[in-house]
Amino acid sequence: MSAFSPEMRTRAEQLVAVYPQRRSALIPLCHLAQEQEGYLTEALMIEIAELTGVTPAEVRGTVTFYDMLHTEPVGRYVVSVCTNIACLLAGGQEMLEHAEGKLGIRAGGTTQDGRFTIEEAECLADCDIAPCVQVNSRFVRTTTTDALDSLIDELSSGDRSDIPPHGTLIRVQRSVGLVADPKEVEAQRTKVRLADSKASS
Amino acid sequence: MSVTDAPKIVTQRRHYDDSFTQERFLATGGYDGARKALKMTPPEVCAQVDAASLLGRGGAGFPAGRKWSMLRKADLAYLVINGDESEPATFKDHLLLESDPHQLIEGAIIASFALQVNQAFIYVRGEFALGLERVQQAVNDAYAYGALGNDIFGSGFSLDLVVHPGAGAYICGEETSLIESLEGKRGFPRIKPPFFPAAIGLYGEPTVVNNVETISNLPWIISNGGDAFAALGETPSTGTRLFALAGHVKNPGVFEIEMVKNTFRDLIFDPSLGGGLSRGGSLKAFIPGGVSAPWLYEEHLDIPLGQKQVDDAGSMLGSGSIVVMDSNTCMVRAAWRITKFFSKESCGQCTPCREGSGWLERVLYRLEHGEGRIEDLDLLLDLCDNISPGLAWPPQQTTICVLGPSIPSSIHSAISRFRDEFLTHIKEGACPHG
Repeated sequence: MSAFSPEMRTRAEQLVAVYPQRRSALIPLCHLAQEQEGYLTEALMIEIAELTGVTPAEVRGTVTFYDMLHTEPVGRYVVSVCTNIACLLAGGQEMLEHAEGKLGIRAGGTTQDGRFTIEEAECLADCDIAPCVQVNSRFVRTTTTDALDSLIDELSSGDRSDIPPHGTLIRVQRSVGLVADPKEVEAQRTKVRLADSKASS
Repeated sequence: MSVTDAPKIVTQRRHYDDSFTQERFLATGGYDGARKALKMTPPEVCAQVDAASLLGRGGAGFPAGRKWSMLRKADLAYLVINGDESEPATFKDHLLLESDPHQLIEGAIIASFALQVNQAFIYVRGEFALGLERVQQAVNDAYAYGALGNDIFGSGFSLDLVVHPGAGAYICGEETSLIESLEGKRGFPRIKPPFFPAAIGLYGEPTVVNNVETISNLPWIISNGGDAFAALGETPSTGTRLFALAGHVKNPGVFEIEMVKNTFRDLIFDPSLGGGLSRGGSLKAFIPGGVSAPWLYEEHLDIPLGQKQVDDAGSMLGSGSIVVMDSNTCMVRAAWRITKFFSKESCGQCTPCREGSGWLERVLYRLEHGEGRIEDLDLLLDLCDNISPGLAWPPQQTTICVLGPSIPSSIHSAISRFRDEFLTHIKEGACPHG
């Protein structure tokens, strides 16, 4: 039985087909697994190994290397606070400590209700709006402790539908195969030629 | 001196709210460069990029044209675009990915055609959820428009472009590590020389890895000619460049300005750019090119923003990110935090980097927290010397990649210039900044 749901299994197979060599789909498949379960279960890692033609140990080896891939459950909302140099100069450390106090957990921990995880992040590349905070890899741009408090309250009461649960990284799926269907291509060509001739006439 | 009036090349659409859409892109000259390139021959396209003397915008500053010319002739080759921006305080590719993904795709078409490559990848940093969505949407739109896929614009040239998400690892910005990651592996840099990606890259095939900003310059270069690009700036640092300015300045942000013709003083103090220090006081130091670069000071403000000029001053322009630190900054704390970053992000392959970064971090931690000893200063420099012998610039290397030799930069800078601050921490048994 597949550890992926039928819908996710289809998407997984499509992802594998995109790459010249299927092992390249390993990290995208890990993101997909997290979209389904929130973290990488043993069964999902074994299935990813089958899909990509590597051993389960290799999947685990890759998974444990990357910060965004989790082998244990994390909160529905992963709050990442950057304390690297540009954010440090703007109070990133104090922001992290404030988040810890607000949620009653230390960085790396998850609240008992499974709603929030706090991470101390390295530079997230949004240094002009510092200190930088992300929730589930989305920039939320709360640069004051008050704004962070409001955000956490909104997330708690379910008012932030713009931020999908942890694991859902890319909501836009690739709409075409490895090389587009020739018939489809010809239809598009005709459309473009028509538009071009209209524009020039 | 005022900031020179150069055209906006990679940020030309930035001021539009819908700059990321295909509609806006097509209404503002989108694909003009690609259409023109596809009517040229591949060597002619390469010649334009050579004439532009475009330097890689990722950090190493290697000439893009030369990198292309090194590609081993083979039936199968790949282009990989590096969008794994993670050098601390660098946030320009983040802007390009979110604000103008179609321009990047157009650049990918031009580069792929010039290299006669039919398969390209955009590796986007995993933490850029919005960037990933914008780029994937743009790729979908480009296929539908006929700008990707088979027989692009009726030219007979075909290109498949895959958007690949990273998963959080600084080291994957290093090109061989990025290739490993794209093969589904841990991001371990490969040993080079002898074989650079241009000879043995993705899946063992010849591969060109170019930065997002480098590729984003190509549409303008082809549309306007390599010579027009080279007329901006000053050889070898031609064109404009994105500078990401952060820290204690009034207007932090990404600015596209002409290279060489403007200085650090312009960038930090000009009202149209950084606007000066945000909290008053005076300038204590600035990091000129990402945290891997040695620090510069007040006396370096009039150095032009050019690769060679900054190299000559003993640092580097690197990834084009500048962190400004004012007189109220604790330099021990700054050096500690930067070292903590390297310690966490070391991939662990090479002993000097893996062990050295952790030792350095712990020694700096105790200094910052008032538990340091006077011997610690020599200990730090000795450890740095073990990672990068002689503490020279450019650094000597004892490791597979340059992450290791980047670690000493901030520590060496802080101890050389601000030794007194370290001594105060030791004497007072606490950080004077609290």
